[in-house]
This record gives sequence, C-alpha cells and structure tokens, in this order.
Amino acid sequence: MPKKILIFIEQRENKLKKTSYETATVAHSIASALGYETEAVVIGGEIENINTIQSYGLNKIVHFKNSDLINYSSSAYKNIVSGYAKETGAEYVIFPNSSLGKDLAPLVSVNLNAGIIMDIIDFTINDNTITLTRPVYAGKALMDVKFNSDVKVFTLRPNVFKPVSSDSSTEIEIRNVDNPNLTNRVTESKKSEGKLDVAEADIIVSGGRGMKGPENFHLIEELADALGAAVGASRAVVDAGWRPHREQVGQTGKTVSPSLYVACGISGAIQHLAGMSSAKYIVAINKDKDSPIFNIADYGIAGDIFEILPAFTEEVRKLKA
Amino acid sequence: MKIAVCVSHVPDTATKIKIGSAEKIIDPAGVTYIINPYDEFAVEEALKLKEKFGGDSEVTAVSVGNDANKETIRKALAMGVDKGILLKTDVETDSYFVASALSGELKSGGYDLILFGKQSVDFDNSITGQLTAEMLGYNCISVVVLLNIDGNKITAEREIEGGREVISTELPAVITAQKGLNEPRYASLKGIMAAKKKVIEEKVLTDIQNKTEILKLRLPSPKNPGRIIGTDKSAVPELVRLLREEAKVI
Ligand SMILES: Cc1cc2nc3c(=O)[nH]c(=O)nc-3n(C[C@H](O)[C@H](O)[C@H](O)COP(=O)(O)OP(=O)(O)OC[C@H]3O[C@@H](n4cnc5c(N)ncnc54)[C@H](O)[C@@H]3O)c2cc1C
Repeated sequence: MPKKILIFIEQRENKLKKTSYETATVAHSIASALGYETEAVVIGGEIENINTIQSYGLNKIVHFKNSDLINYSSSAYKNIVSGYAKETGAEYVIFPNSSLGKDLAPLVSVNLNAGIIMDIIDFTINDNTITLTRPVYAGKALMDVKFNSDVKVFTLRPNVFKPVSSDSSTEIEIRNVDNPNLTNRVTESKKSEGKLDVAEADIIVSGGRGMKGPENFHLIEELADALGAAVGASRAVVDAGWRPHREQVGQTGKTVSPSLYVACGISGAIQHLAGMSSAKYIVAINKDKDSPIFNIADYGIAGDIFEILPAFTEEVRKLKA
Repeated sequence: MKIAVCVSHVPDTATKIKIGSAEKIIDPAGVTYIINPYDEFAVEEALKLKEKFGGDSEVTAVSVGNDANKETIRKALAMGVDKGILLKTDVETDSYFVASALSGELKSGGYDLILFGKQSVDFDNSITGQLTAEMLGYNCISVVVLLNIDGNKITAEREIEGGREVISTELPAVITAQKGLNEPRYASLKGIMAAKKKVIEEKVLTDIQNKTEILKLRLPSPKNPGRIIGTDKSAVPELVRLLREEAKVI
C-alpha cells in the first residue's frame, strides 16, 4: 500500500473555499515527489461545487456528510479528521492556514501525536525529507523547519501556492456521520457588512493617519471599490477609532499577502511593514519622500493623498469602463 | 473560579531582526523583551473574570522558558495576577514542547479556564492554546473577541475571515485572546510594589522533546528599491499604466 498524504478541504456555506485547490495542488506535488497517494476530507452537508476539486490530482475524496456540520464544530471536526487520518495511516495531514485551519490543525496534531508547522510559504524535498519554510517575527525573518515525528501536520498560507489542475478525475466517497460530537460548535455566523476582508483580498487599499480623520476614508473606499479591493488601515487609525480593528494590517493586526497593496498616508512603521511586506506589489502615496514606506514600495508618489487619491480612482474607473 | 493565564516572553515588536551566529535563532544583543502583546489581553480577561466571580477566585500566570521569563511573569503579577509559575528550560522550544510542559503542569490544578494570547509575536504559530487544550481534554475557542461565561456555559465570538463566529461550549476550557477582547490595564505603582512580594514558583522541565527542528533562520531577500514616479496627480496615469502593463495586477 502506498503511503498517504491527507488534506483537509474547507467549505463555507456549502461551497469549497479557494484554498482547497491550492492545498490539493501542493499535496499532489509532494505525493509525486515521494511516490505517495493523496486523499482529501471534506465535512459538511450538500456541497454545491464539490465536483470542481475532482481534477486536482487527488486519488480520493471522502465527504463526511451531516447537515449539522455545515457550520464548524471543532469537537466534531477533529474527531472525523483524526479518525480518518488514523484509518488511512496518513503520514502527512495538510490544512489551509485559514481561521478554521488554524483552530483545527493543532487539535488533530495532538490526536495523531504529530509535529505541527504553521503558515508554510515554500517547501523543498531532498532524500524524501521535506523542509518547510515559514515567516517568523511577523515576516521579518524566514525559518526553514523539518519534522522529528512520524506523522506530520502543516498548514499552507492562502494565496501563495498557485492551483494547477490535472486531467485526473477523482472518486468521491460519501459517508454519513451519525451523532457528531457538538460540544464545541458555531451557533451563528456574523458577516461584517458584506465587505471584502483584508485577509482574503487580492488587492488592499489601506489608509493611515495621513487621512486626517474618519470622514476622509470615503476616498479610500472609492478607490477600493474601483479596484475591487478591501479596505485596510494602520494601527494609528484603528486606535483612534476611525476604522474597525478587523481592518488593521500589521504585527498586531492581520498579515496579508495580496498581489497589490496601496498604502495611503501610512509612514511604514516596522510593525505595519511586518503585516504587508510580502505583498507582491506595493504602492505608496505619502507626502514625505523620506517615509520608510518608500523603502519597500515598488511604485511611489511623494505627494498629497487628498489630491492624488481622487485622480487615482478616476483613472482606474476610466480603465475599467 | 480557578484561572490560569499562559504568558510568553518575546522580543519587542520594534526589534530589527539580526540572525544569530548558529543561524537558528536571532542575535539577542540589544533586543528588549516584553510580555507578548496578545497575552496582555489574556491577563486582563483573567483579572476581569476574577473580579466578576469573586469568592476564592484565583489567577495564576505560567510561563515556559528561562530566568528571563520571570520579568514577564512579574508584569502579569503587577497587573494583578495572584501568583506565578516558571517552567524552566534552556533549550529552544517548539509549540508542541511548550504545550506539553503547560498541560503537564496544569492538568492536576483543577483549572476551570486557561487563557492564552492568540499567538506569540516571535514564531507567530497561533497554536499553543489549542495544543494545550487538546492535551488536557479541555474545550477550546481561539481568536476570541467577546467572552461570556454563565455557570459552566461559555458563549464567545471569534474573528474569522470576513466576520465573526458565535461559539458555544462548556467549561473547563481554553480561550485564546485576540485584540479587541478588552483594554488591558496598566500596572499601578502599588501593583508593581505588590508584585515584588508575590511568589514565582520554579520547576525544572525534563523529558520533553520538540517534534520539529529549526534548520535555518534567514532574512528575506531585500526588495528592489522602488521608484518614486512623481510628486503630484500628474503621475497617476503613469502609475496606473505600470500597475497594468508592468506589474499586471489591475
Ligand atoms: C506592540 C505594537 C504593535 C503594533 N502593531 C501595529 C500593527 O499591527 N499595524 C500598524 O499599522 N501599526 C502597528 N503599530 C504602530 C506603529 O508603530 C505605528 O505607530 C503606526 O503604524 C503608524 O500608523 P500610520 O502610518 O498611519 O501613522 P503615522 O506614522 O502618523 O504616519 C502618517 C503618514 O501620513 C503621511 N501624511 C500625512 N498627511 C499626508 C497627506 N496629506 N498626503 C500624503 N501623506 C500624508 C505622513 O507623511 C506620515 O508618513 C504597533 C506598535 C506597537 C508598539
């Protein structure tokens, strides 16, 4: 029997999340290098787009089905995933580094007596040993780590690994779950007013103290709207109560890896850079040309945001029209 | 209510990281260490719960590390925690090690609630609370921004992508604190003086192993210095062109 790599794929409101394809792709590539097989566990009720993961090189998908499990329940989910990992004798169990993955992966790792490494952004395989790379100190350094345990659990940072489909078609097995353990469970989900979250957005427009006051953030919102972006903020702005904490980017806010980050009136303090420096492209607009934000920006305009932002929004609207 | 709060001792967030000589840890020269910022929310919540439940409620701060960690335990004592425990080791620990040490210490203590910060700002793992919970067989809620305890029932809100989840579970439990849960109090002068008289019990750890191994710590490759393409709105069309044609991100 070939050895197994097990992945956990996440659904939200009955739809697979984008990270599922990324996780499947990474598992497939590790499995090809090691000569292993890949399986996936998905937990929930009817999953509308489950077929879309069938062409990502997995050998098998097991759908643990129960309509009480549409919402996350750590007590139920950990039993199912740990149980199936033991049943298959999986050597690797991989999760997305999402809020659910970060909650669940450590619980499973204890049940499997497995080492655990979070938030992987890169990996290499040499002599059948896998070395994983993760950011530490809020991205100020990178660490290469390996496992000293038989079973190995790790999580992948979203948006880093590009999904690649293959022409396989994976078998889906359905298992009904009777009496899941629901002692710990989500009873309600509250969405934050239909806005895009910085943690998941591909483009972020962020405002800092240079915006002068909450009444000016419509300028940030309008540009974000034109770009299809999420609104972010520096801590100075959040502490002043101009913007909610969920928008804070940085060491004590969210770590983000979008393809474009636009920093407006943000000085670029080390704690802010820590949260966004891994963005693929950074644009800075700041009237102080010596601001540290320009040290990491790909493109900068050293001018007044109140003049530049409306023009920027206008130009993007023209482009998209 | 018997409460434990686990605190970690970390480099100040303003620290510029330099790699140490063995390339496995940072160079500690010139680095100031502080209580992990998220742990301050955990300490504050523990103190608020003690005030709410009164009676013989007690809060114990626990830390895994070396003698230097006592500074962080003292900070918690100065905020109002009753006593401290230092689980001593000189080795570089991974999260599994720390959770094994903590659960080993806490399992016989009859704790109703154990609080953590949602992550340490050094290794950013965000798992020590969950690992400890599972080792103890406690329920766990991570990244909590709102906490209500009524009898042995817990309702909490945790932050997720694009919103919050309301979770219900029961004591005994582990909670990991996110910014927004509360406003940590400052240690008063009186608190700082009182902390000097409080006991920090020390226990030496043996027989615990890491399950992962650091091979190398390195700095990310520096970004190419960017371009300032202008100083007023006349630079905007060029910026948009670059984003579209060179970066291909819009
Ligand atoms: C423990 C700890 C954790 C922290 N965590 C975080 C974190 O997670 N995230 C975070 O962001 N910070 C964090 N900080 C705070 C950080 O150190 C800075 O204080 C903060 O990032 C500054 O925010 P800012 O850039 O918006 O404000 P400022 O530093 O005040 O910068 C404002 C900028 O706006 C520019 N400006 C002003 N007017 C205009 C104009 N009209 N046009 C163009 N530009 C203009 C100025 O030139 C200036 O550069 C943390 C600090 C500590 C101690």
